[in-house]
Amino acid sequence: MMSIWIYARNLVVGLWVVFKRTFTKPVTVQYPEERPYLPPRWRGRIVLTRDPDGEERCVACYLCSAACPVDCIALQAADNPEAHERRYPEFFRINFSRCIYCGMCEEACPTNAIQLIPDFEQSEYARRNLVYEKEDLLISGTGKYHDYNFYRVAGVRTCDKDKGQGANEFPPVDVRSLMP
Amino acid sequence: MAIIIVDNQSYPVDEKQNLLAACLGHGLNVPYFCWHPAMGSVGACRQCAVKQFKDDKDQSGRLVMSCMTPATNGTRISIDDPEAKAFRASVIEWLMVNHPHDCPVCDEGGECHLQDMTVMTGHVYRRSRFPKRTHRNQALGPFIRHEMNRCIQCYRCVRFYRDYAGGRDLNVFGAHDALYFGREQDGTLENEFSGNLVEVCPTGVFTDKTFFKHYTRKWDLQSAQSICPHCSLGCNTTVSERSGTLRRITNRFNSQVNGYFLCDRGRFGYEYVTSDHRIKRPRVRSGSDRTKPGTPEGVPKTLEFAADRLRQARGIVGIGSPRASLEANAALQALVGPQQFYQGIDESERRLLSTILNVLRTGSVPSASLHDAEQADAVLVLGPDLLNEAPRLALALLQSIRQQPMERVDELKIPQWDEAAVRNAVQNRRGPLFMAGHRQTWLHEYATDRYFAAPDDVARLGLAVAGIIGPDAPTISDIGSDVRDLAQRIAEALTHAQRPLIIAGTGSGSQATIEAAANVAWALHRQGKQTRLSFVLPEANSAGLALLGGGSLNDAFDAISEKKADTVIVLENDLYRRADRAKVDAFFDKAHTVMVLDSLEHRTTAYADVLFPAATGPESNGTFVNQEGRAQRFYQVFAQSGDIKESWRWLSDLARAISQDGESGSGVATWRNFDDAVSATAMVAPELARIREVAPSASFRLVGQKFPRQSERCSGRTSLLSHLTMHEPPPPVDQDSPMGFTMEGYRGPVPAPLIPQFWAPGWNSIQAVNTYQDEVGGPLRDEMPGVRLIEPVATNAPAWFTSIPRVFQPASRQWLLLPLSAVFGSDELSNRSPAIAERIAKPFLSLHPSDGARLNLENHSTIDLVLQGTTYSLAVHFEPSTPVGTGGLSLVPEVSGVRVPAWIDLFEAIKTERKRRAA
Repeated sequence: MMSIWIYARNLVVGLWVVFKRTFTKPVTVQYPEERPYLPPRWRGRIVLTRDPDGEERCVACYLCSAACPVDCIALQAADNPEAHERRYPEFFRINFSRCIYCGMCEEACPTNAIQLIPDFEQSEYARRNLVYEKEDLLISGTGKYHDYNFYRVAGVRTCDKDKGQGANEFPPVDVRSLMP
Repeated sequence: MAIIIVDNQSYPVDEKQNLLAACLGHGLNVPYFCWHPAMGSVGACRQCAVKQFKDDKDQSGRLVMSCMTPATNGTRISIDDPEAKAFRASVIEWLMVNHPHDCPVCDEGGECHLQDMTVMTGHVYRRSRFPKRTHRNQALGPFIRHEMNRCIQCYRCVRFYRDYAGGRDLNVFGAHDALYFGREQDGTLENEFSGNLVEVCPTGVFTDKTFFKHYTRKWDLQSAQSICPHCSLGCNTTVSERSGTLRRITNRFNSQVNGYFLCDRGRFGYEYVTSDHRIKRPRVRSGSDRTKPGTPEGVPKTLEFAADRLRQARGIVGIGSPRASLEANAALQALVGPQQFYQGIDESERRLLSTILNVLRTGSVPSASLHDAEQADAVLVLGPDLLNEAPRLALALLQSIRQQPMERVDELKIPQWDEAAVRNAVQNRRGPLFMAGHRQTWLHEYATDRYFAAPDDVARLGLAVAGIIGPDAPTISDIGSDVRDLAQRIAEALTHAQRPLIIAGTGSGSQATIEAAANVAWALHRQGKQTRLSFVLPEANSAGLALLGGGSLNDAFDAISEKKADTVIVLENDLYRRADRAKVDAFFDKAHTVMVLDSLEHRTTAYADVLFPAATGPESNGTFVNQEGRAQRFYQVFAQSGDIKESWRWLSDLARAISQDGESGSGVATWRNFDDAVSATAMVAPELARIREVAPSASFRLVGQKFPRQSERCSGRTSLLSHLTMHEPPPPVDQDSPMGFTMEGYRGPVPAPLIPQFWAPGWNSIQAVNTYQDEVGGPLRDEMPGVRLIEPVATNAPAWFTSIPRVFQPASRQWLLLPLSAVFGSDELSNRSPAIAERIAKPFLSLHPSDGARLNLENHSTIDLVLQGTTYSLAVHFEPSTPVGTGGLSLVPEVSGVRVPAWIDLFEAIKTERKRRAA
């Protein structure tokens, strides 16, 4: 006898919960017509950025590829004879079919070159289309970090910065001077 | 043995060591910069501070530099003491005040001693906000890059370059905190050992310029043990590769051979492997017109074609090579039969090698390892130009001259590691080093006495020395008083020494100098000295080839011209380097089929009717026997691309192709993997039996696992090939060695030949080698330093060489042309490396000034010299050290085919000098 009442009550309560939703706003988003808000720090597609002067930020230090837990980054360092001592990647390849968007590469990057952006739409019919070369990764802007320019703070000479012209540097030592 | 107490733990240590070495030997991490196991301590960097306590009641203690404190019994120290830690942290913070923010673009990054030590001391954040000091860099030639900003003033570079390697053109300039380590002005570093600066420098001031051009971090490199193929010393190297390209060579510690250092030819000569002239596909020429190039062909068709020709052959001549591995030569010998196997070297060289082999086999004096040479306390060099023929041995001799003054150091109770004090005590004293030969180099500045003469006179000096030392040794009566005095001085120095070393070689082509060296060594041995003999041989596997036996190249020529055979198989050998052009041309013309196995195109490969692409050293497994008679194994570093295969594998395939019809294969046809090759080679000669023990066999496993060639942090596994295929192909399988081309496998202590690179947690730089040794500077744990195949026999009556050459007499019109070997230029393989090619000097003829005047030549003029049918354009150098009546011809690639020594009428041979001068 008692159990009938319990069943009936549960039935009513359950129906009430359902009916209550009839008058609330639905949470379903009409993707792709409607876009969800993703915070700027959301970890999606990986890009290579440029420094404020418009040059490639990547100096091919291999730290991202070493940090990558799925080993999906491969690159080869090369030297640009025109831009003295300025290293750049000869090729830079990310296999997004392996990428887990963990952001370790971004954390490892000493020049803010590699950045994860809030774009996640990387569906392809063929896996090979998920292999991104440098041309596919490189964007024209600075990404999330606007002002950093590695070569301004590094000690090496480049085509547009002689020794001693970097940030917080003394002019080159005159070895032949005996002055204290 | 002493007991030291470190942080309340007792450790047994060698009391001859300092505390730093003692701690490192027990795996206790004490940071350091200026100390180096081969160069001792100077206490300059203050980084290795530890706290020393008087006794167990002493609570306060005092800071000491562990590298400057002897490890005496009962020493009580603390590494973890907070004050010592703070001191070390502040030292590194000072060093980092001016260190640039370069790590991402610095080639040292990831294998930087400074990075390791910074992490070890715990210095994480830069507090200094002041500007950094900067320096201008210098262009230091094709080998080394210079970035002075990174310098931490540890003085290791100048200590190595000047004090250890005898260099003069690198120094420290400036004062106070603006010290500059470089040359007086831009220019190539002259010393033959400059490449070691890359490893000696704890940070990125000196980096490898050839590596820079195809840079990869250390953790991404796939590496294995290799043996340097560029001279006969057999230095151990670590060869590294990534994605199919050879990237660099680093030194590989071997306590018996090269220790911590390599020469520049060995370090920078590797790029022949990636040369544009590599042979990558088999080529076949089916017609008989040799002017037409062969056409590339598939492997099965090539083998079929070659097997067909070999089946029809009326006789096969197999020509081996002193630069091919023992296994490849043995494969050829097995294929063609021992009677038809020829060593591929000319008759005179073969005779010299067999004399040397006889001296070592039947004599009482053992050959010297490089380690023995460093320990020698008196040295006599009869003939060879060590700096150019065997540079690492010259470096060993620079250490040997410190041995005798060390006795005084021991008397003064100065520990040998205390470098500054040792130098102070030694001053300019040098142990006896006598050098006789026909060419002067900077090494002669370190010699007690030098003697420049023709090879016969050098041999006479040796025989005179032997006669003075051993009364029953044959001696010379007709000898000038100055030479007699010199011989007397040499004999005295050698008899006063404990561990004398006599060095001779094949370089000057003189049998007499080798015999004289043997006589001197045997005479010393009879005096009860711990004598050693060292012979400098022409190439990496000359000794191995001599052990295999076989006729000379001239015998091979005869076999073809006498129509005993009509088919030739040439193994990794450019015959044009070894015999007259006309002779080789005639040889090839008479041969119906010429088959060549080689890795690089040269004049001989152009003649090949069948050309097989052979693997180079880093692409193959093999054994070399060095000049000491030490067999050492080199391992394949990376899988060969395309059709390239090891020579022995080609020959084995060829043998199978021949025997396909009917009978089952025998001999070389049964070789399936490298272990088969080694086992079969070991059967060829009784002395080779022990080559199986050189390194672990292919079936060697630990915990059932193979050993990885790649590091634990090798990157890019899923993307390196993804532009070609998405399917991530499995790594190549290695059937020939216990190692794999992967990151997977056993990690832990392994026999030394299986160590891919020296690395330990916290020790990313090459200084990690300390962690592989039980005692710093001593042998590696489980070291397999190669096997000495030839040991002396105990005999009391030496079989003295009695033939005494006559005094060298300059002829009126004829000059004895002698070879002048060049460290950069005389080695066939390293010449093909761009960096080495940049250092090759123009060919020259050196003459005594009086001879030059007689020939009416001017110094530094250019002449055209006709030698053995070819005209060479040469510069003339007047050298007072060139013996009168002889000329020196530099053996650089342009004159590589010339047979020297030879008597030449220079009046006749010099063609156009006068014309040119007139113009």
